[in-house]
Amino acid sequence: MTTRIGVVTFPGSLDDVDARRAIRLAGAEPVALWHRDKNLNQVDAVVLPGGFSYGDYLRCGAIARFSPVMETIVDQARAGLPVLGICNGFQVLCESHLLPGALTRNDHLHFVCRDQRLRVENADTAWTSDYAEGQEITVPLKNGEGGYVADERTLDELEATGRVVFRYLDVNPNGSRRDIAGICNEAGNVVGLMPHPEHAVETLTGPTTDGLGFFTSVLKKLVAS
Amino acid sequence: MARVVVDVMLKPEILDPQGQAVQRALPRLGYEGISDVRQGKRFELEVEGPVDDDALARIHQLAETFLANTVIEDFTVRVEEREEVTPA
Repeated sequence: MTTRIGVVTFPGSLDDVDARRAIRLAGAEPVALWHRDKNLNQVDAVVLPGGFSYGDYLRCGAIARFSPVMETIVDQARAGLPVLGICNGFQVLCESHLLPGALTRNDHLHFVCRDQRLRVENADTAWTSDYAEGQEITVPLKNGEGGYVADERTLDELEATGRVVFRYLDVNPNGSRRDIAGICNEAGNVVGLMPHPEHAVETLTGPTTDGLGFFTSVLKKLVAS
Repeated sequence: MARVVVDVMLKPEILDPQGQAVQRALPRLGYEGISDVRQGKRFELEVEGPVDDDALARIHQLAETFLANTVIEDFTVRVEEREEVTPA
C-alpha cells in the first residue's frame, strides 16, 4: 500500500503544490487536504506548507490555528501523527502550541530570500532520520517573520533535550534566538522549520536536492511501522 | 452597545524592530527627546448587551487565546466609557 501524506491548503497557502510534488518525488502519494474539512482522509502524515494563511492577519498562523482541519491535526499530532510545518506551517504549529515559542518579525525588518546553509542537529525525528547528525544542507529560505523567540527557560530545555533540529550556519538571517531554524516536540513526530526543504528536491529548480531527505525520512518511518 | 478595548503589546523583553524603526525616524522628522517607541495593536469590540463580569471574563479569554499570543505579547482589557450623544 502506498504511503499517503496530506498537504493542507489554507486560503493564502503558496507552497502546497511544491510540497505535494516533493512528496511524490520521494515516493509517497500526496493527498490534498482542505482547511475547512475536519477529515484527514486517513493520511499517514501531514505537511503544513508555506505561504500567508488567512493573509497573515492578526499574527502569522493565528487564524489558521482555529481552522477545522487543525482541530483534527492537533489531536492526531498529540497521538503521534507525523506533522511537518514549513515556514507559515511552522508558525501555525507554534500558534497551535504543538511547538513552543513564536516567530516574530525579522530583526532587520526586510523580507529575506536566500539559499541557506543549515546544520542538522537532530537526526532522530520522524522527518530527519535520513540525515546524519551534524550534516550540513542548503535549502531556500524566504520569510518576513522568521525570528524564533522563546523564553530562556524554554530555549535551555530545547537545547538540553535535543529538540533544536536545525540551526542556521554562516549568517543568522532573521534574528532567531540561538540561531534556531527548526525544532521538534518531545516525541519527535512534530517538526517545524522556517527554511523550505520542498523547494530543494530537484536540481532544475532548487539549489540542491538536500530537502528530499525530509520526505524520504517520514516515508521510511511509516513503511517500517 | 458598549465598547471594550483590548490593547496588545509585545512583552518588554521581546525585540520590537518596527517600534525601533519608528523611533529612528523621529530625529529626521524633527522630533527630539523620544528615547524609545514600542508598537502594538488595539482591538475595539462592540459588545451587545451589558458588559458585566461574565462578559468581561469571556472577552479576557478571547484575548488570551486569540487576540494575543501570550508567549510574546501582553494584553489589557478595559471598557471604554462613551458620552451619550444627544440629538440637537
